Amino acid sequence: MYPILEKRLLAEGIWLMKILAPRVARSARPGQFVIVRTDACGERIPLTISDFDPEEGSVTIVTQAIGVSTRKICALGAGDRLADFAGPLGRPSEFVAEPIEALRQRRYIFIAGGVGTAPVYPQVKWLHEHGVEADVIIGAKTRDMLIYTDEMRAVASHLHIATDDGSEGFKGLVTQLLEKLIAEGARYDECVAIGPMIMMKFVALTTRKYDLKTTVSLNALMVDGTGMCGACRVTVAGSTRFTCVEGPEFDGHEVDFDEAMRRQGMYRTQEQRAAAIEAERAAGHVCKIGLDK
Amino acid sequence: MANRIPRVPVREEDPAKRATDFGEVCLGYDLQEATLEASRCLHCKNPRCVAACPVGIAIPYFIAALHEGDLQRAADTIARDSSLPSICGRVCPQETQCEGACVVGIKGEPVAIGKLERFVGDWKLAQNAAPAPAPRNGHRVAVVGSGPAGLACASDLAKAGYDVTVFEALHEVGGVLVYGIPEFRLPKQRIVAREIEEVKKLGVVFETDVVVGRTVTVDSLLDEEGYDAVFIGSGAGLPRFMGIPGENLNGVVSANEFLTRANLMHAYDASYDTPIHVGRRAVVVGGGNVAMDAVRTARRLGAEATIVYRRSEKELPARAEEVHHAKEEGIAFRMLANPVEVLGDERGWVTGLRCVEMELGEPDASGRRSPVEKPGSEFEIACDTVIMALGTSPNPLIASTTPGLETTRRGCIEADEAGATTREGVFAGGDAVTGAATVILAMGAGRKAAQAIDAYIRGKADEGRR
Repeated sequence: MYPILEKRLLAEGIWLMKILAPRVARSARPGQFVIVRTDACGERIPLTISDFDPEEGSVTIVTQAIGVSTRKICALGAGDRLADFAGPLGRPSEFVAEPIEALRQRRYIFIAGGVGTAPVYPQVKWLHEHGVEADVIIGAKTRDMLIYTDEMRAVASHLHIATDDGSEGFKGLVTQLLEKLIAEGARYDECVAIGPMIMMKFVALTTRKYDLKTTVSLNALMVDGTGMCGACRVTVAGSTRFTCVEGPEFDGHEVDFDEAMRRQGMYRTQEQRAAAIEAERAAGHVCKIGLDK
Repeated sequence: MANRIPRVPVREEDPAKRATDFGEVCLGYDLQEATLEASRCLHCKNPRCVAACPVGIAIPYFIAALHEGDLQRAADTIARDSSLPSICGRVCPQETQCEGACVVGIKGEPVAIGKLERFVGDWKLAQNAAPAPAPRNGHRVAVVGSGPAGLACASDLAKAGYDVTVFEALHEVGGVLVYGIPEFRLPKQRIVAREIEEVKKLGVVFETDVVVGRTVTVDSLLDEEGYDAVFIGSGAGLPRFMGIPGENLNGVVSANEFLTRANLMHAYDASYDTPIHVGRRAVVVGGGNVAMDAVRTARRLGAEATIVYRRSEKELPARAEEVHHAKEEGIAFRMLANPVEVLGDERGWVTGLRCVEMELGEPDASGRRSPVEKPGSEFEIACDTVIMALGTSPNPLIASTTPGLETTRRGCIEADEAGATTREGVFAGGDAVTGAATVILAMGAGRKAAQAIDAYIRGKADEGRR
């Protein structure tokens, strides 16, 4: 069992949780993820690591309550325990293994969307701690949905914000802001985009125009997370790859995003049905025709 | 000795009932039936069954003890060579091993060795006897993976006095016995959990949620955590796909995914959150035990279920009993057919499987006649689920994070007969070394490695004393 040390609301429906998991904290690197299970009947849910502290033995995850399982996670509070917390899984970000001198010659632009902002943070933090310049664009629907802005400002060379409604920063999409920055003279050697699949797809399409190398982090469906099930397979450069052992980060210009988005929805009907039944139950409704069976 | 009584039939659940639930299919012998069946053994001077058993269980001796009603002696006889009789009695391919070699089987039906082993194993579990803990020798061994290889290795080492910790990547202990083999063939609580309980009673400690190669490494176990040796029994690996068009459509899953959702994640039980896609018509591609497990699970979850296999029924690698049971449960078999494309609708969901008919040509390297496509014989099977049961390829996770640990050309961990790898103090066995094989072979490899680990640690201790 893995105790929840701290729980904090970041934006509506988005919670930060710090989990005591010393083995995971000791081995975690930027770019990796964990598999979380709330209880004996719960699903195994992959979540990207948002921060880790080997000394405290803690790992931070950020969860948006959207499905039955993420809602279950978010319903837990400080002092509660998660049944399982396995990781760190997947390969660390490529730059972690590169010579620091080479990295310092480079300028990174990170593009973070929605809850994907959280896993961008440990990457930018790592680069900052190693003296590498990184700019960050955070995108959200509106100001209230922005997360991690203060933390990011502390580690980013420049922080740019884009909101769909213009309630903070640039009014428009992250891709439009990126193009604006480049038009104004910004020069980048590498781009890392983490966020909704659709955002990563359009970031990759945009950066391709500038021949800007782009890494994306895919949040594919998974069961075990160790290579056993193949649920997370994704087409990259025409061949099938397993996100859990070969990813989660891939070359954004080579990923078949349309297929990846479709595959994400494979169990959606069942999940929606489960969520609807759960909501009915919570409202005190007892199904008389067996739909909850 | 006159020996003309026929093989005692084993009681089985009614096919119509069992095709809708996950209760165990084979109900096993009772004492009277087991004693009668034991009387059919000829107690051959040169028992061919023993030679055909991958771990060399003294079969005629345990059967003799059983026949005499001395169940304790029967159990002790098996225990000398096997640590998991209740499991192996259920899942071993007896027809190609012990029973295939049985002399009684030449003119009639062979002695039901598997069913007798199962009977003795279940009797022993029911006794719930606490094994006398061996005196500790102060040495520590880490075992990676809690499947048949790891369990066998861990229990032998614990009996020899080692402090053993087993690291399991998943949240539940048992490996393939829990995520792979379905409840209707191997009951999880009544058998697997109890066998594991026996291992725990020996003092073996289990740590779940530890992915070796990620959470910890073989090096950190040896250098930082103070283990004297490591045994790798990490299992088979990544599911294979065919590489045909449409394979990433929604509705195409690996048998590993399908079975893990059903078995480990209890998707068939409404109190669990696990979603599973079964559809109305499911096609399983492959002919091994995993394919049979998947197709019978799909059937139980309500689908019309079909096996598509590229060779003929004679070449089916699955246990004969599973094929027989599958047919009883109404599984359709489309033999000599090979998928060439998965068909889908505009939303990206499976609508069917395009196959081509095959015929058998010359024998290949495996000795089986290799299937050849019949030109112009394409046909389609309508379905909404395609389950690929084509075996696995090695998981690179441990080999790629353990310096000095060599792999074979096929990517399996290189190990000698005794389980020693190319890295000092690191041993391996089971599917991680051989590629997908059987429970009994993995268990045998785990036991051999336990001996080698014992010899290695003793050798090092002697060196230290000199």
